[in-house]
Amino acid sequence: MADRKKLTFALMDAPYENARSTTALRLIAIAAARGYDVNVFAYEGAVGLPSPRQKPHANAVHGRDVDEEDHPLPHRWIAALMAETERNGGKLDWVNCGLCVDERGADEAIDGVRRGTPGDFWKFAEGSDNTLVIATRS
Amino acid sequence: MKALNIVETAYRATIEEQDDTIVWITHAMKGAGADVSLLLRGNAVNYAVKGQDASGLAFGEARQTRPPELAEDVAKLVPKGVDVYIVDDDLADRGIERGELIDGLEHVGRGEIAALLGKFDQVWHW
Repeated sequence: MADRKKLTFALMDAPYENARSTTALRLIAIAAARGYDVNVFAYEGAVGLPSPRQKPHANAVHGRDVDEEDHPLPHRWIAALMAETERNGGKLDWVNCGLCVDERGADEAIDGVRRGTPGDFWKFAEGSDNTLVIATRS
Repeated sequence: MKALNIVETAYRATIEEQDDTIVWITHAMKGAGADVSLLLRGNAVNYAVKGQDASGLAFGEARQTRPPELAEDVAKLVPKGVDVYIVDDDLADRGIERGELIDGLEHVGRGEIAALLGKFDQVWHW
């Protein structure tokens, strides 16, 4: 095991569906701030988190235009986390489950995200200090 | 037609959405002319608690500038003519006092919910 800490996260929830996605990114942010290497295996709906197709919108109920609303986009959060990890000497390696991508037609992702398989999750876990699964719950 | 939105699942993606999606759709439907009311039950009774602060979220240099303001969003339904009900028993179970809540709520006991539902043509339990 290398000196630098390495953590693996398996995420499962789609964007805009559950607070677990935000919580997962907050945990990753802590690891990033500490200069850890972070692996993410995005499974099922979580492959939508780094989609560059997410777009901000205005919100008439809030009475704000698109700029004022500054709607959160998970793909921007992930890009910021990648930059933050690198800035602190670590690396965020994000793998989207390929079959999950295919069945959803969600084959676009921001730079730094790569397509993979459950085998990548296994390799991530084997090479990490620990693994946290944040699964979908009913 | 009179409809009642019941919100029970609380804080579901409210950070990303900047609001509760059912409170939001209640605003939107009211704006479109709907005769719609809202009932907060279960963990969602906490939406009515004043002084919530979800600000400060940041991922690296990406900062959330507009956090959700759930109590304010619920409070703004009242002057629009939306009746907002809240279940007293669910407040008591969570140790929430009336003085902690926004104004304009209509309090109901758990045993009164069935009669309340009978006043609506459709009930949508989210």
